[in-house]
Amino acid sequence: MIVKWIRSFALFWYDFVVGDDWRLAIGVVIGLGLTALLAHTTSAAAWWVAPIAVIATLVLSTLLAGRKARKA
Amino acid sequence: MTTGSLFLFVAVFLACAVEAVEALTIVLAVGLTRGWRAPAYGTGAALLLLAAIVAALGPALKLIPLHIIQLVVGGLLLVFGLQWLRKAMLRAAGIKAKHDEDAIYKKEVAEASSAARKAGAFDSYSFRIAFMGVLLEGLEVAFIVLTFGTTQRNIPLAAIAALAATVVVVAVGFAVHAPLARVPENLLKYAVGLLLTTFGLFWGAEGAGAKWPASDASILVLLAILSAASLGVVYFLKRSQQVPAGQAAAQGLAPEMSQP
Repeated sequence: MIVKWIRSFALFWYDFVVGDDWRLAIGVVIGLGLTALLAHTTSAAAWWVAPIAVIATLVLSTLLAGRKARKA
Repeated sequence: MTTGSLFLFVAVFLACAVEAVEALTIVLAVGLTRGWRAPAYGTGAALLLLAAIVAALGPALKLIPLHIIQLVVGGLLLVFGLQWLRKAMLRAAGIKAKHDEDAIYKKEVAEASSAARKAGAFDSYSFRIAFMGVLLEGLEVAFIVLTFGTTQRNIPLAAIAALAATVVVVAVGFAVHAPLARVPENLLKYAVGLLLTTFGLFWGAEGAGAKWPASDASILVLLAILSAASLGVVYFLKRSQQVPAGQAAAQGLAPEMSQP
C-alpha cells in the first residue's frame, strides 16, 4: 500500500517535471543555474540568461516535435 | 492594483477557469447520467481534501525565505508553463489533436451509462469519478494558487481569483446543463501557458539572483517576447506542414493528418 502510494507520488512528480519532453526541464535547470552563477560570481547583469535559454529550449522542443510528426 | 497584482489575478483566473471546465465536464457527465447524490458527495469530499492541503501548505510556505520560494516555485512554474505552452503551440499548428470537451463529455457519459449499478445502493462509481476528477484538477488549482500567492505575497488575491473562476464556470455550466464546449479552451490554454511561463521566468531568475531592469514592468516585456517567439514557431510549423501536403497532392497522394 505504502510502496504503491510512493510510486504514484514519484510518477506524479516525474510527469509534472519531465512531462512530454525532458529537454524542457533540462533547459530550465541550465537557464536558472547559469543565471545564479553569473549573478553570484560576477557583477554583470544576469537577467537576460534565463529568457534566452528558456525560449531557445521551447523553440527547439516544438520544432523537433513538428519534425517528428511530419516523419510519422 | 500594481502590474504584478493585476497579472497575478488574470493568470490565476484563466488557469483556474481551464481546470474548472475540465472538472465540470466530468461531474456533469456522471451527474446527468446517474443522478446527483453520489457525484455531489464526491465533489464535496475532494474539495474538503483540497482545502486541508491548502490550509496545511499555505502557512508552511510563509516560513521559507522569499528568494528560495521564488527560485523553486519559478522553476516549477516554468516547467509546468512550458509544457502547457508547447502543447498549445502544437495544437495551434495542427500537429496535435485539439482538446475537445464535447468529445470527452460524450466518452464520460458512455462510460457512466455502461457502468453497473445496484438499485438503492450508494453509487460508488459516480462518487469515485467525481472525487478523482475534482481532486486531480483541483490539485493543479491549489498548486497555482499557492505558488502565485506565496511568490507575490498575496495568497488571498490568488484564492479570490481561483474562486471567481470556479464560480463563473460552474454557474454557466449548470445554467446550460452541458459541457462548456464553446469556451475557446485551446486558446485559453495557450494564454495560460504564456502567463505561467512568463511568471516562472520572472520569479525563477529573480530567485536565482538576477535583477530585472524594469522591475514588475519586465513581466510585460517577457510576455511580449514569449508571445512573439511562440507565434513565430506556430507560423513556421503550419507552413512546413503545408509543404509536404502540397507535394503529396502534386504526386496524387492523399494528404496525411498527423495527430498523435
